[in-house]
Amino acid sequence: MSRQGNRAGDPRKVNGELFTLTYGALVAQLIKDYENDEQVNKQLDKMGYNMGVRLIEDFLARANTGRCNDFRETADVIAKVAFKMYLGLTPVVSNWSTTGDEFSLLLESNPLTEFVELPPGHANLNYSNLLCGALRGALEMVQMDVDVRFVQDILKGDNITEIRLKFIKRLEDAVPVGED
Amino acid sequence: MSKEEEFKLMYGMIFSIKSFVSRLSPTDMKDGFLNYSTSKYKLHFFETPSGLKFIMNTDLSVGSMKDVLHQMFSSIYVEYVVKNPLCSLDQPITSELFKNKLDEYVRGLPQFGTKTGS
Repeated sequence: MSRQGNRAGDPRKVNGELFTLTYGALVAQLIKDYENDEQVNKQLDKMGYNMGVRLIEDFLARANTGRCNDFRETADVIAKVAFKMYLGLTPVVSNWSTTGDEFSLLLESNPLTEFVELPPGHANLNYSNLLCGALRGALEMVQMDVDVRFVQDILKGDNITEIRLKFIKRLEDAVPVGED
Repeated sequence: MSKEEEFKLMYGMIFSIKSFVSRLSPTDMKDGFLNYSTSKYKLHFFETPSGLKFIMNTDLSVGSMKDVLHQMFSSIYVEYVVKNPLCSLDQPITSELFKNKLDEYVRGLPQFGTKTGS
């Protein structure tokens, strides 16, 4: 099966501004629909999760990488391959914990927040929380239970946007009845 | 035997072969379990890092189907199931489109129908 239409523009790609604005509309609607920012964060995380669960299959099909040997390799693949593929940017991997099970993705820019200014009264809103959910969902499908959250956000006046990922445990294949 | 029962047996068998193969291997496996043959048929196996398993039974004369199964995953499963919001990922696939595309792909393979009869 050949991919057609490479010349005429990739049909999977949409205009970046349309993407940013659509996401903005989504968050704005959620803020209207839910009472507080925590609820909105939760909904964004849930949506992201559902995306991540499917996104990982697309990622595996396109990137054709094998299984990672350790969490460091995972971090590299997330930053250099996945973010590049889906958001067109490469976050910096840093702030490793001494045990090597926790790291940060530092984003200098975030396409989701290009035209965004948080109105006052939304100090608890993690505007881009969808990203956390997507990372969590995708990693869960490759048998990694990972906690993902925002620790810094340029939108809130920080110098950089920082997403922290903490490895919790490996998920195992379901064992059929009668196996050890 | 019901289909359900058969699927469970298949899952159990694949699970056992996989763990058997990985325990026997003295070094880190590269590809792991790929296929086995009996006197009547050959079973090909491919697993994605996300744990999705592809199994295909073929004639004995067929070589490695690893790339074919990968292709089924990347250009048929991902395109017609993952990207179809109506297909739930934890339910059996009922999509006709998927079925047709898969059928078309398998029929177009050079390995398909090389043997006449049977």
